Amino acid sequence: MSNVFTLLLVRETRLMFRRPAELVNPLVFFSIVIALFPLAVGPESQLLQTISPGLLWVAALLAVLLSLDGLFRSDFEDGSLEQWVVSPHPLVVMVLAKVLAHWLYCGLALVMLSPLLALMLGLPTQHIPTLLLSLLLGTPVLSLLGAVGAALTVGLKRGGILLALLILPLYIPVLILGSGVIQAALQGLPTTGYLLWMASLTMLTLTLAPFAIAAGLRISVAE
Amino acid sequence: MTEAYLETVDLACERDWRLLFERLNVRVQPGDMLQVSGPNGSGKTSLLRLLSGLMHPSAGDVLIKGESIQQQRGELARNLLWLGHAAGIKGLLTAEENLSWLAALHHGASREQIWQALADVGLKGFEDVPCHTLSAGQQRRVALARLYLDAPALWILDEPFTALDKQAVTQLERHLAQHCEQGGMVIFTTHHHLQDRPATFRELDLGQTAL
Amino acid sequence: MNWTWFHKLGSPKWFYEISGRWLPWLSISAALLILVGAVMGLAFAPPDYQQGNSFRIIYIHVPAAFLAQSTYISLAIAGIVGLVWKMKIADVAVQQAAPIGAWMTVIALLTGAVWGKPTWGAWWVWDARLTAMLILLFLYFGIIALGHAITNRDSAAKACAILAIVGVVNIPIIKYSVDWWNTLHQPATFTITEKPAMPMEMWLPLLIMTIGFYCFFAAVLLMRMRIEVLRRESRTRWAQAEVARQIGRSA
Repeated sequence: MSNVFTLLLVRETRLMFRRPAELVNPLVFFSIVIALFPLAVGPESQLLQTISPGLLWVAALLAVLLSLDGLFRSDFEDGSLEQWVVSPHPLVVMVLAKVLAHWLYCGLALVMLSPLLALMLGLPTQHIPTLLLSLLLGTPVLSLLGAVGAALTVGLKRGGILLALLILPLYIPVLILGSGVIQAALQGLPTTGYLLWMASLTMLTLTLAPFAIAAGLRISVAE
Repeated sequence: MTEAYLETVDLACERDWRLLFERLNVRVQPGDMLQVSGPNGSGKTSLLRLLSGLMHPSAGDVLIKGESIQQQRGELARNLLWLGHAAGIKGLLTAEENLSWLAALHHGASREQIWQALADVGLKGFEDVPCHTLSAGQQRRVALARLYLDAPALWILDEPFTALDKQAVTQLERHLAQHCEQGGMVIFTTHHHLQDRPATFRELDLGQTAL
Repeated sequence: MNWTWFHKLGSPKWFYEISGRWLPWLSISAALLILVGAVMGLAFAPPDYQQGNSFRIIYIHVPAAFLAQSTYISLAIAGIVGLVWKMKIADVAVQQAAPIGAWMTVIALLTGAVWGKPTWGAWWVWDARLTAMLILLFLYFGIIALGHAITNRDSAAKACAILAIVGVVNIPIIKYSVDWWNTLHQPATFTITEKPAMPMEMWLPLLIMTIGFYCFFAAVLLMRMRIEVLRRESRTRWAQAEVARQIGRSA
C-alpha cells in the first residue's frame, strides 16, 4: 500500500520534471497577478502594504486554482484513472500521493516565492514568517479542496470555469483565515490562535477531502 | 455445470436516456473466451465497463462467484486485468517506466520480467524510449505487454487488436487462446475475425440482443 | 425497527402516488399560512420602536433565509441517502431542491438589501449574515451548474450529492470565519434578526410565515420531483398511463 504511494509520487515527480514549463507557469502567474495590483490601484506604499495580505492570498489561491484543472485531466484521458479504480489498491492512497505531488510542485513553490513578492508590496520583514506559516498551512487546503472539484469535473469537456465556480466558495474560510492572520500581525495582534485554527482546518481537510476526491473520481470514471 | 466465475443477471445499460441493452444474461467460467461484437454504439464498451465494475448497471446485477459485484470489489480487483480504449500509457514516460507502474498496481514485476515482457511483444531495444515517440501500434504493444507479465486470471480487453500489424495480431490471438487453455478467462471486443479460437470460444452479438 | 417503509419510499411509483395525496394539503396550507401571516405581519403587528415600518420586511427575509439554509442541509442529507442506500428518489430530490434553495437565497439577499437601504443607508453592506448568505448562493450555483454540466443523470446526481456534502461540512466553517472576519474589520452593528425580545404580536406572524414558507417549499419540491419522476420512468407502463391521464384531463 505505502509502496504504491511512493511509486506514484516518484511517477508524478518524473512526469513533472519532464515538462518543467508546467512547474514554472503557476509561479509566473502568481508574480504577474501581484504586479497587476500596483498598476491598477497606484504605487502608494501605505495602501499596498495594507492590502498586501489579501493580494498575496488571492493571487496564490488563483494560481493554485488554475493549476488544478490539469490535475487529473491527463490521467483521465489516457486511461490511467481507470487503471487506478480497478486496481486492488485503495484509491484514497493514490489520491493522497497525487495531491501531495501537486502541493509539493505547486503549493510549496508558491510559498517559497511569496516572501519576494511580499517585500515588493512593502510587507515589513518581521511579518514574513507569519506570511510563510499561513501559506504553508493554507495551501494544502487549497490543493485538497481543489482536487475535489477537479475530480468531479475531470470528465467534462470544459471543466475549467465550472471548477472555479465549485471551488472558490469553498476556499473562502481559508482565504479569510490566511489573510486575516497576516492582517492581525500587521495590526500588532497575537496570531498564534489563528494559526492554530488554520492548522486544525488543514487537518480536517486532510482527513476528509481524500475520500471525497476518491468518490468524485469514481463517478467521473463511471460517466 | 460448474459455477460461473462471472455472471450477469438481467443486466441493462442505459446511456443518456437511450437503452443500449436489457435483460442480458452471460456466464463466464474459467477457461472461457467471450467475444463481444455488434455494430458501433450497441454498448460493447459499456458492457465491458459494467463487467469490470467501472460503471453501474441501470438494472440487473453483475455477480462474481455468485455474489453481487458491490460486495466482491476486492475479489474482482485482485483477479482483473482491464485494458480500456486508452490503456493508461503516459507519453512522457518510457516503456519500462509505464509498464513497471502498471505492474505495480497488481503484484509488481522485476526489471528483468519487464524487459522480457517488452521483448515478447517485439519491443526489444525500445525499453528506454519515451512512449510519445513510439507509433500507435507500438504504444498498444506496451499496454499489451502487461498480458505477458504475471497477470491475473480475468482479462477484460476493449479492442486489443487495434493498430496492431498482422504478425502481432496472430501472436496476440495465440496468447489469448493459451491463457484460456490454462484456465484463464478473456472477455474482449473486436471487429476483427478471430482465426485462433479455443474450444471454449463464444461470441455475444449485442446487435441481436439489443433493441 | 421495520425499514420497509424506507425502501418503499425509494420506489418511484409509490412516491408518485403518495406525493399526489399530500400535494393538495401542502399547497392549501402554504397558501393559507402565508396569507394569514402576511396580513398579520403587515397590518396588525406594531411598528418597531427603532426602525418603524421598514422592519416588516423580516416577514419575508427571515423565512426565506431559514429556508435557504435548511434546504442546503437537506440537499446534503438527501445526497447521503442517495449515495449510501442508492435511493433514486433522493437523487431526484437533490437536483430538484437546489434551484428552489437558490431562489430562496436570492429572495433573502434582495430583501436584505431593501431592508439595508433605510437602515444602513446603503443597498449592500458587508455584514456577516449577508456575506454568508451570498456565499451560500455561490454554493447553490456550483451544485446547479455541476448538475447541468454532467449529461449522465446518475453521475450528475452522485456528483451533486458529493458537492453538497462537502459544502455542508464547510458551511459552519464559512459561518465562523465570516463572523470572525467581520469583527476583525468592523465593529459589530445590529443585524436583521438580532433584536431585543420581540413582542408576541411581532413574532407570531413571523412563525406563521416561516411555517408557510416551509409548506410552500415542500409543495414546490414535490411538484418538481413528480415531473422528474415521470420523465425518468417514461419507459414504464404506469408512467405512460399517468401522462395519458393528465393529458386527457387537460384536453
